[in-house]
Amino acid sequence: MARKLLLEHINVPGINTFDVYRQKGGYRAVEKALKTLTPDEVVEEVKKSGLRGRGGAGFPTGMKWSFLAKPEGVARYLVCNADESEPGTFKDRYLMTHIPHALIEGMIVSSFALGANTSYIYVRGEMMPQIRILEKAIAEAKNAGFLGKNILGTGYDLELYVQPGGGAYICGEETALLESLEGKRGNPRIKPPFPAIAGLYGCPTVVNNVESIAATVPIINDGGDEYAKIGIGRSTGTKLISASGNLVRPGVYEIDLGLPVEEFIYSDEYCGGIANGKRLKATVAGGSSVPILPANLTLKLANGEPRLMSYESLSEGGFATGSMMGSGGFIAFDEDQCIVRNTWNFSRFYHHESCGQCSPCREGTGWMEKVLHRIEYGHGKMSDIDLLVDVSKKIEGNTICPLGDAAAWPVASAIRHFRDEFEWHVKEPIKCLDTNYGLANYAEPIVKAEVTTGN
Amino acid sequence: MLKVEEQQPVEFSSALKEKFDEIISRYPKGKQKSALLPMLHEVQAELGWLSPNAMDKVAAYLDIQSIEVYEVASFYSMYFLKPQGKYMLEVCRTGPCCLVGAEKLMNHIEKNLGVKEGEVTSDGLFSWRGVECLAACGYGPVLQIGPEYTFYENLNEQKVDELIQDLRKK
Repeated sequence: MARKLLLEHINVPGINTFDVYRQKGGYRAVEKALKTLTPDEVVEEVKKSGLRGRGGAGFPTGMKWSFLAKPEGVARYLVCNADESEPGTFKDRYLMTHIPHALIEGMIVSSFALGANTSYIYVRGEMMPQIRILEKAIAEAKNAGFLGKNILGTGYDLELYVQPGGGAYICGEETALLESLEGKRGNPRIKPPFPAIAGLYGCPTVVNNVESIAATVPIINDGGDEYAKIGIGRSTGTKLISASGNLVRPGVYEIDLGLPVEEFIYSDEYCGGIANGKRLKATVAGGSSVPILPANLTLKLANGEPRLMSYESLSEGGFATGSMMGSGGFIAFDEDQCIVRNTWNFSRFYHHESCGQCSPCREGTGWMEKVLHRIEYGHGKMSDIDLLVDVSKKIEGNTICPLGDAAAWPVASAIRHFRDEFEWHVKEPIKCLDTNYGLANYAEPIVKAEVTTGN
Repeated sequence: MLKVEEQQPVEFSSALKEKFDEIISRYPKGKQKSALLPMLHEVQAELGWLSPNAMDKVAAYLDIQSIEVYEVASFYSMYFLKPQGKYMLEVCRTGPCCLVGAEKLMNHIEKNLGVKEGEVTSDGLFSWRGVECLAACGYGPVLQIGPEYTFYENLNEQKVDELIQDLRKK
């Protein structure tokens, strides 16, 4: 059994209330940080832990914190990014629903470290039930003296507020999130200046993902060095993985980074194999934005060694034979799934979610959606396939924010690894409407699922 | 997009204004525009949609230009710029949910309600539409119903039929 740092008490009845969370050792990190450590010492522990941003970029959290400008007399802000919208990712919803005080506790510790006296949790608007849960948890924590003026008599003040979004994927990008929090359209800002210098209301600001902030609690409780002992190489600690698609047991799992991908998919402790006794065709390992991989490259690196669930191993081989950790949104496709249809679906998503600020993304995502639609519906030409690659290359790297890259990579990787399936759609315009291309040759060797019971 | 639908005069209740003031108090002085998104959610929960009149009133309340409200309301997918059915069924249509049958489910809802995506049933009770990823991929197919965004998971045709029946009886 892997260690559970974030989800240890997830099944305890009433853990969503302050009292039960406190009985189970909750808010010890706040007491320890505020009473025995200086803000800089808290930052130091997080640096030592090696914690990397859990929202997708994987940038070291402690380093991000150390960039925060601290001019005299200017407010500083911590903003939690709970705008979870990356297709395949639902870990933050799970955490906020079941154990909201883990996030509140992390917010207090992190705000203290950064010297913020007002902090916001920006939650996507559709998560109204979670917003209510967090508001209740904040009220409970405030009632117990962990928020508000002079917390625990230490002289530290913190007000914490929940801000609902309005339904826009782009607001998961940190500068778009700040625009949205200021009551504007979610158009990403040009960087520099980075939020650490000029963020919310032009003040120094840190934006961190829900899971990153929650992870500061075990880091402060046990020490950064202890946290860094878990995991492998520069992928330290535990990570929440959202598993979805054709799996026997989809759901949220906390894993030690470094777990073999094969074990994650097939062992009964985790996903339990592919549903309905089918075989694995492909995976998207880190949310819809990362490159899709065929089954063989999912389970093994190009050199035949097992691929691991870590930042380095998932990206091993670059985009030629690798993918990315991303947000940990692990989507599994069984042998019956159509890669062209899924790629079209993702392209429609990015077209819908493009903020429209940069032409390559605004126009390019629409073109890709249209071209993929015609291939999927039997009206494609052979030249369309290279056209898609061309368009994706012209979006990638040419936009203000990473949404352009995120829209380009799934298309480019699907064609890289499943080109024959695209060609087949062009060659068989009638057949492709009601038949699936199936597994074909590219996916050898595919592990036959041993578990045959579906859910 | 901002075609003027039936324009009803809008008066915010005192309870709503109280809520507005509580929201505005969350931000530093002079940054009251931050209250815009949460306020629009409150208005929509009360009125069912955001009419130009309602948006103008919000602008006046925040001491900002009407266009600042229009541009925000038309950017975010959750705000309705025309009246909807009392129950708006929003079904996730993104990748992972489609792997487990979301497209079939939407076809079924269309048949059951007898209206196309975005239209309102003649009794004014229902609308439906496909929406992008709702961050519940492990429990798909899923749908949500505002204004409290109640969530329904692991759906199939039978469960949706039952849900629609229950809502009809309410």
